[in-house]
Amino acid sequence: MPLRPTPEVRGLARALAASAALAGLLATAACGARAGEETVATESCVDTSGDTVKVGSLNSLSGTMAISETTVRDAIALAVAEVNAAGGVQGKQIEIVAEDGASEPTVFAEKAEKLIREDCVAAVFGGWTSASRKAMLPVFEDNDSLLYYPVQYEGLEASENIFYTGATTNQQIIPALDYLAETGVESLYLVGSDYVFPRTANAIINAYAEAHGIEVLGEDYVTLGSTEFSTIVNQVKSADADAVFNTLNGDSNVAFFREYANVGLTAADMPVMSVSIAEEEVGGIGVENIEGQLAAWNYYQTVESPANTAFVEAFKAEYGAERVTSDPMEAAYNSVHLWAATVEKAGSFAVADVQAAADGVSFDSPEGTVVIDGDNHHVTKTARIGEIAADGLLYTVWESDGPIEPDPFLEGYDWAADLAVTE
Amino acid sequence: MDLLVGQLLTGLSTGSILLLAALGLSLTFGQMGVVNMAHGEFIMAGCYTAYVVQQVVGDAGVSLLIALPIGFLVGGAMGLVLEALLLRRLYHRPLDTLLVTFGVGLVLQQAARDVFGAPAVNVSVPEALRGGVDLLGTTVPRTRLFIMALAVLAVTAVALVLRFTPAGRRIRAVTGNRDLAETAGISSRRVDAATFFIGSGLAGVAGVALTLIGSTSPTTGQSYLVDAFLVVVAGGLGRIKGAVVAAVALGALQAVFETYSTASLAKVGVFVVIVVFLQLRPQGLFTLRTRSLA
Repeated sequence: MPLRPTPEVRGLARALAASAALAGLLATAACGARAGEETVATESCVDTSGDTVKVGSLNSLSGTMAISETTVRDAIALAVAEVNAAGGVQGKQIEIVAEDGASEPTVFAEKAEKLIREDCVAAVFGGWTSASRKAMLPVFEDNDSLLYYPVQYEGLEASENIFYTGATTNQQIIPALDYLAETGVESLYLVGSDYVFPRTANAIINAYAEAHGIEVLGEDYVTLGSTEFSTIVNQVKSADADAVFNTLNGDSNVAFFREYANVGLTAADMPVMSVSIAEEEVGGIGVENIEGQLAAWNYYQTVESPANTAFVEAFKAEYGAERVTSDPMEAAYNSVHLWAATVEKAGSFAVADVQAAADGVSFDSPEGTVVIDGDNHHVTKTARIGEIAADGLLYTVWESDGPIEPDPFLEGYDWAADLAVTE
Repeated sequence: MDLLVGQLLTGLSTGSILLLAALGLSLTFGQMGVVNMAHGEFIMAGCYTAYVVQQVVGDAGVSLLIALPIGFLVGGAMGLVLEALLLRRLYHRPLDTLLVTFGVGLVLQQAARDVFGAPAVNVSVPEALRGGVDLLGTTVPRTRLFIMALAVLAVTAVALVLRFTPAGRRIRAVTGNRDLAETAGISSRRVDAATFFIGSGLAGVAGVALTLIGSTSPTTGQSYLVDAFLVVVAGGLGRIKGAVVAAVALGALQAVFETYSTASLAKVGVFVVIVVFLQLRPQGLFTLRTRSLA
């Protein structure tokens, strides 16, 4: 997923960013060419002769994404500590090499290259925005290395060199629509931030709605970070839809939900289904503005399972009782355990061996058992609809019948046939 | 027709938010010619002032009323420090001022992140300001009515100060013709400091008020900065009434465009209108007629 807390940097900042982006683009183009030439010469330098093996943890520790990505870094560190305490992988202790992606896709690509070539890590964990993943993808493919990406995203992608441990659309957005349809929703209003994830999500929602007889009464986009919602909320109100599907990101959610509550709309008469609001965001929005609204994820801190109790306890013991655990953190935590299990099964750290052994590797995770699909490198996930409660946590009100097989290209859905083609 | 009236009302409320964010800037940028890129961070400081006061006081209503004057002082004090330490040395070097204040803005953002943490904090809205009022077929949230009233109050206060007080007269004199004002015995340094204090203080007030509708995070100020500059430029430098008219016009324009397209497209539309407008009338809506030779 893409950019949770991102405010827009504007004005001069925008001009600077544009020139920086241009420079970055040129730089990556140059690097790309260089990497391409050297592809043949790329030999894995992963050293497995000692007592330890290195892995990379690549997250934004600075910049606008730091809010979200530092929590993922913490979850990765916790999982590594657990694996080490249990004897390590193939008898070797895991050593984390941490790098800062600085909320810049080009930096992610650079640091990924550094981790692979200079630090010789066996695998890299991290990334958050789709832009950062797209920037890192060619680096991992050219160097034939592995990335474990822990965030729900817009689907329509499958790389041999990436394992996607967050939800793809058929494990989050489609179940959310199924839930709404089940509860009798016949009309929807779509509100989102203006970039790739909401646009793709809404294309899917429109196709679903058309096939299932749901009327889409309006579709509105605001620039990232926008806080002006009076017109949109008034339009939502006069459209009188049965529910709102919200793909807004970051600060915009605060303004949206305050305005929503202020014009007298409530979860009871027009519920809002959000896909980017997790435990951490609720505090900033103010529980009183969002209580009773819905969210779609695969994991909540309140999920009841022995594995989750252990995860939450271990996390709070390590990082403080006031901290919360969220879906992307859980997916990142799972990704480390899945990698370790795959290496054990393969009996080797080599990328080709890990890829070959990945199919069917499972982990009893906090959200339930997750299993790697060897074909598309996604994992099975249980979809959950959560309701935001007065204590700021989300509680499951509905969950899918067991884990859902990943289908990133929505091949199993007739109504989505046109979507996969156009992308 | 109903929809149009409703949208104009929305435009008025959007405009009053723009105006509140831009009023301080119209003093510092408009009157003094200082491009203060840290203006957004002064607004952000106002937001956090509201947060801190609420943490201390508890009651949301009382804390809002206390936070407004404190926000003015906090913003004003930050402005004074910025003016005394940096800007004073950079008058007549607009490009340097722009870069320096941009840097100061980044420093302030990081400072906020270090002190309050990166995630947004929640400032509760007073019970009395929750919910909305039905007006002309549309629901206007009470928070927005409050902001409209505050904007009117702030503009009136600034206009009165500029027009009827000795300090205001001096500010107008320096804006009109700095050299001539100096020959008349006005200390332009002190006037600059005073102007910057008031302008930055207004940013603090805006910040306190904007917690009612928006989020409070280290980057909050950024989202208001460009709009504030647009209002000041479109309204004409140095004219408070220009800022008022421009803010309401831009708000209404945004609201009307939004009715017929999406919010992000409407934004593009507003930008296009402003670009065309400034091509035709580069000096903005209202101009300050002076005998200054500069």
